[in-house]
Amino acid sequence: MNYELFTQLLVNGLIVGTLYGVVAMCFVLIYKSTQVVNFAQGEFLLIGAWVCWAFLVEYQLPFWLGFSLTLVFMMVFGVVLQVLVLRPMIGEPIISVIMLTIGLSITFQALMNWMFGVFAKPFPQVFEQESVVIFGLNVQTAYMMSLVISVVIMVGFYFFFKYSKMGLAMRATAFDQQVAQSLGISVKTVFAMAWAISAMVSALAGVVVGMVNGVSQALAFFGIKVFPAVILGGLDSIVGAIVGGIAIGVLENMAQFVDYEYLQWGNLYTIAPFYVMVIILMIKPYGLFGTKDIERI
Amino acid sequence: MTDAALESESKDILLNVNNIEVVYDDVILVLRGVSLNVPRGEIVTLLGPNGAGKSTTLKAISGLLSTEDGEITKGEVTYKGESIGNQDPAKIVRKGIFQVMEGRRIIEDMTVIENLRLGAFTRKDNQVNQDIELVFEYFPRLKERTGLAGYLSGGEQQMLAIGRAIMARPEMILLDEPSMGLSPLLVKEVFGIIKKINQEQGITMLLVEQNATMALKHSTYGYIMESGKVVMDGTSEELMNNNDVKEFYLGGGDGDRKSFKNLKSFKRRKRWL
Repeated sequence: MNYELFTQLLVNGLIVGTLYGVVAMCFVLIYKSTQVVNFAQGEFLLIGAWVCWAFLVEYQLPFWLGFSLTLVFMMVFGVVLQVLVLRPMIGEPIISVIMLTIGLSITFQALMNWMFGVFAKPFPQVFEQESVVIFGLNVQTAYMMSLVISVVIMVGFYFFFKYSKMGLAMRATAFDQQVAQSLGISVKTVFAMAWAISAMVSALAGVVVGMVNGVSQALAFFGIKVFPAVILGGLDSIVGAIVGGIAIGVLENMAQFVDYEYLQWGNLYTIAPFYVMVIILMIKPYGLFGTKDIERI
Repeated sequence: MTDAALESESKDILLNVNNIEVVYDDVILVLRGVSLNVPRGEIVTLLGPNGAGKSTTLKAISGLLSTEDGEITKGEVTYKGESIGNQDPAKIVRKGIFQVMEGRRIIEDMTVIENLRLGAFTRKDNQVNQDIELVFEYFPRLKERTGLAGYLSGGEQQMLAIGRAIMARPEMILLDEPSMGLSPLLVKEVFGIIKKINQEQGITMLLVEQNATMALKHSTYGYIMESGKVVMDGTSEELMNNNDVKEFYLGGGDGDRKSFKNLKSFKRRKRWL
């Protein structure tokens, strides 16, 4: 057994997993507070990465400035999307809302292809060193950054939902919208805010992945990977999303290891998460941390 | 109009509901002309059988009707001289009216303190922590509960719901059935505290109750509703001494129209063990 490859893939899995966890958290955030299953989550990554790419390459902005502008753009984008497209759908049947987000996903993908082309474009080099060596393992600098950012985001989420007024208001809205309104919380603001945060944080993940793999349509596929993660963790649990994300990331890379060492099929790692998703849906449809009585689709 | 009603009119009226009609889902007429006055600093109670429209009246005032597809189609709700009918509930809370909804409705997956802090959502000052202490003074037993609010007993949840209302520092609290599902002793305790809050904090209360005796004992004025209308009103004393009210809501009544003396024969004499 090739231990070096094994540990390398394990570390990669953990890092990609935390990134999955972050995106899954964004998905759960929208699902929990607005009851919308957002199939366009992956497109948030795509749009974020392209916008950041445009700032850095087309407008030649320094990285941190372009990055911050991207986050601001995505925040506004999330609010506008919620207000214009999803707010009118409040009270409509869940299937209509799902069709709408699927439609959004297709529209955004086509729009990005139209604006930026279908070929992958590399990010300008942000770090001087492509990769760093930690404990004898080669880790891409961008991945290290992503790990740090992901952990910061997770801790940030924890404190936001535990101690901030708005975070409490969002939790209250997720629990019972009528009660939230009776407390003086504007549910509309909470909804817009959920979309804004979700779009912003997803874009952050998109930029990180774009830095490693280049920006292309493949980024949207990242959003699909969120489904195994959230279904494993439970659709409405933030903790579940993180655990599920990391589990799926590790699993994916372990599948690659098994594939590379023993099977030589060549594509096991892309499908392994979905096998897991199917199995989880069969034996534990509410996931590890999900609430039992939530509506399933 | 009774003398009492005239008298209350000369008082400082905080909230006035004038002949409102409420329709749910555009077709179901629930309130058919309800009018009432709530003077500043007093507790006014709203009695009536199930389905009379008491809760709907409260929701019409607090704006929560809109969350249930209801709408005030006629009449006016005036708070401090300002019309607040059909406004956004979040706006009305900011104006100083806070509704404690029926069935407590605390956020079960949050702790007691988090629930209390949520009550202060609309406030911008930084005295929230002081007010949490104030709530603990009224409800000392809440202080010992550090777990999730969902694990509190029914009485404690009701106390938390009232405490959450105090946290908003409202001028007026709409209380929907605070005695629901509580043991008689607890009901007594909760009402005692409500009265105390009313007197010490000067918060005006509009109270909807099934427990008419308790409600009238602690309030100054009462309205009785039946099928979407106010059918009787008067000071609490007047209502308590009214024979019809006694018979319908308080139990008893005059003479032997309804005597419970005979019930004694149903008392179980034998025990199995």
